[in-house]
Amino acid sequence: MATPWYRRISEGLAKSRGRLEGQLNVLVGRGPDLDVAFWEDLEDVLVGADIGVAAVTDIVERLRDTASRKALPDAESVIEHLAEEIASEFPTDVSDPLAVSPVVILVVGVNGTGKTTTIGKLAKEAVDAGRSVLLGSADTFRAAAIEQLDIIAERASVPVISRERGADPAAVTFDTVVAANERRPDLTLIDTAGRLHTSADLMKELQKVQRVAKRETLAPVMTLLVMDATTGQNGLAQARKFDAALKLDGIVLTKLDGTAKGGIAVAIVRELGLPVVRVGIGEGIDDLKPFVAEEFARALIGRG
Amino acid sequence: MFQNLSERLQSIFADLTGRGRLSEADVDTAMREIRLALLEADVNFKVVKSFVERVRQRTVGAEVSKSLTPGQTVVRIVLEELTSLLGETESRLILTSRIPGIVMLVGLQGSGKTTAAAKLANHLRKQGKRPILIACDIYRPAAIDQLESLGRELDIPVFRGEGTDVEAIAKAGVKEAIASMRDLAIVDTAGRLHVDEKMMDEAARVKAALKPDQVLMVVDAMTGQDAVTAAAAFSERVDFDGVIMSKLDGDARGGAALSIREVTGKPIVFAGVGERLDALEPFHPDRMAKRILGMGDVVTLIEKATEAADADLTEEMEERLRKAEFTFDDFLLQLTHLKKMGGIGDMLKMLPGAGHFKDLDAAEIDERQLDRVAAIIRSMTAEERANPKLLNGSRRERIARGAGVTVFDVNQLVKQFNQARKLMKQLQSGGPGKKKRGGFGMPGGMRLPS
Ligand SMILES: Nc1nc2c(ncn2[C@@H]2O[C@H](COP(=O)(O)OP(=O)(O)OP(=O)(O)O)[C@@H](O)[C@H]2O)c(=O)[nH]1
Ligand SMILES: Nc1nc2c(ncn2[C@@H]2O[C@H](COP(=O)(O)OP(=O)(O)OP(=O)(O)O)[C@@H](O)[C@H]2O)c(=O)[nH]1
Ligand SMILES: [Mg+2]
Ligand SMILES: [Mg+2]
Repeated sequence: MATPWYRRISEGLAKSRGRLEGQLNVLVGRGPDLDVAFWEDLEDVLVGADIGVAAVTDIVERLRDTASRKALPDAESVIEHLAEEIASEFPTDVSDPLAVSPVVILVVGVNGTGKTTTIGKLAKEAVDAGRSVLLGSADTFRAAAIEQLDIIAERASVPVISRERGADPAAVTFDTVVAANERRPDLTLIDTAGRLHTSADLMKELQKVQRVAKRETLAPVMTLLVMDATTGQNGLAQARKFDAALKLDGIVLTKLDGTAKGGIAVAIVRELGLPVVRVGIGEGIDDLKPFVAEEFARALIGRG
Repeated sequence: MFQNLSERLQSIFADLTGRGRLSEADVDTAMREIRLALLEADVNFKVVKSFVERVRQRTVGAEVSKSLTPGQTVVRIVLEELTSLLGETESRLILTSRIPGIVMLVGLQGSGKTTAAAKLANHLRKQGKRPILIACDIYRPAAIDQLESLGRELDIPVFRGEGTDVEAIAKAGVKEAIASMRDLAIVDTAGRLHVDEKMMDEAARVKAALKPDQVLMVVDAMTGQDAVTAAAAFSERVDFDGVIMSKLDGDARGGAALSIREVTGKPIVFAGVGERLDALEPFHPDRMAKRILGMGDVVTLIEKATEAADADLTEEMEERLRKAEFTFDDFLLQLTHLKKMGGIGDMLKMLPGAGHFKDLDAAEIDERQLDRVAAIIRSMTAEERANPKLLNGSRRERIARGAGVTVFDVNQLVKQFNQARKLMKQLQSGGPGKKKRGGFGMPGGMRLPS
């Protein structure tokens, strides 16, 4: 919190950059020959960023094609192209669901990814932009989840609707949306309990929450999946299942202040076309940034 | 998405009918598949490289055993290597005799430390400990409330200190443990990034102050390639003793377990398998190996077939099996092996495509039932065993009396026997007509219609 976000991200990046750049520099340092070993090592770097073998194979294949078509002279120019290729995977024409007004945002995801923290950040971002916010505490399951959101709401100076622990999350959602209909905040954020996408019952519970929200409000309801950047290939299964159950509107990628690169987002956008709408870069309430594909792609290959 | 590794290897080696040694070219193809499976499971790519190299060395020239196909042989080697890397046996939490014993939990944000602290307290209390939980996360909003709430749920005391000196809080917690006659202190700490110097230093200081019996790193099973970086840093700065892998109740393959083990050499001691406070299990390296390979119980089947391979069958018996003419005598002989291998129903259920067999449930035989079955068969005459068609009502009554069971039990067995025969027939005609080895319930080279 004390450190501003740009310091944090650059500190985090500096460390990971050293590592990844080291790897890439080895590639570049080998000179102009784009031999088999070069491409294999390049694949390793990308796999090491959690992009996943399937997507990596595809990306590298395309890149090899480009390299020979455009007669790219050396490793350096190939790597420059790589960043562009990765960035181009992300849709450019997406509107920010968080900029709609009024809007109800349902925040979902597996356990511990940073949903509740992200809600605080999104609330703060909106408040800073002069918008009004209401929170709903629909995680009635986890110990002290309600207390956690209360503290976060206080920090962001926004009101929060809650019930006691163990209450029906759909009921809290109902309360929240009804309150929003009265108070007319620009942004209504609903926190939900973390759940594994493999739990059919809990996914059904979430569908009910979404149904109630949609039924009771006139505002559009958007659903955001919060994903931890350290997540490996399971992230794709998560996105698939949550999207199938809820039809997601976007992803928030958290914990990018560590050394994980969040490459799974590339696999997800390729398959599901889901935009990344924000990235989390710390535990503090201001540690949130818009997603910029070029920046993300460059960081991914250690060129941030 | 991907077929499971076992199926892929089977299909690679499908054309390979000859027994003997695996050629280098075959092995290369297999290694590519193994590499893919491991990467797909989030094993770090560098770890994959060294692992595959080890497996390759063992595989080239490996003898294909009689009871396994070449594909199964490779799977077995992979599995053995993987299991031994993950730790040969179940690791246990080692506490010294010091009172109070101290266990400290560390890890990245949201990995499941606080939940694991409560689970561990619950688990160790069942083993006779009197635990206390010490709350040392002064950063995350409501982290202490969370631990207190979990403690209340379990009726286990929670120490919450004052101030912002985490080291002092931890020490005060241990004092409180002594004062309240607790023999085990479990210390929950804040989530921290391995690159956060200040926070890593704090963890190291708390460790130095408490000198815990065990420092455990809690790692999310869904973690990707970066697991090695985080684990290496935690290992260097706080030198943890073991790992709790959380969230294994999902469908993550958990390759991070292998990465961490390879990079730090630290054992994985517990598996978190749910949010509930009893959802903590000892870690089984063998199960984890299978999970990482994404092949579930198919491997168990191969293992069992391997085990059974020493029980050599006579040529005639094989012949009878092939013609589905096997007798109650054969059946009895197989029971001995079956007992070692688990029930036929379980065996069949492990097979991909087993859903095709409608009567699977009826074919289920549990361990104790096997003894009863043996008794029934022993009460049959030699004629009856050789020719089950002889078994009319009065013979069945006699057999039931002899075995001390009801006629219903005898009927049940005869029915199962006939089903098994039918099943054998289906199984035998299911594959491409190659010579099968392995007996009833020992589907060594068995292929199922898929
Ligand atoms: N370093 C870092 N930590 C984060 C970030 N976002 C969240 N966290 C931390 O991750 C942990 C979990 O965050 P929560 O917001 O409680 O996660 P959640 O998804 O609401 O968790 P459940 O409700 O239990 O499923 C906390 O320690 C947060 O401080 C981030 O961008 N960077
Ligand atoms: N499904 C499942 N969820 C788990 C498991 N262990 C913990 N969780 C959940 O994961 C989330 C985070 O757990 P916590 O115990 O709060 O994690 P933590 O490491 O203490 O988090 P910080 O203190 O913020 O770093 C919560 O929603 C837990 O209920 C598990 O084994 N399975
Ligand atoms: Mg939460
Ligand atoms: Mg915690």
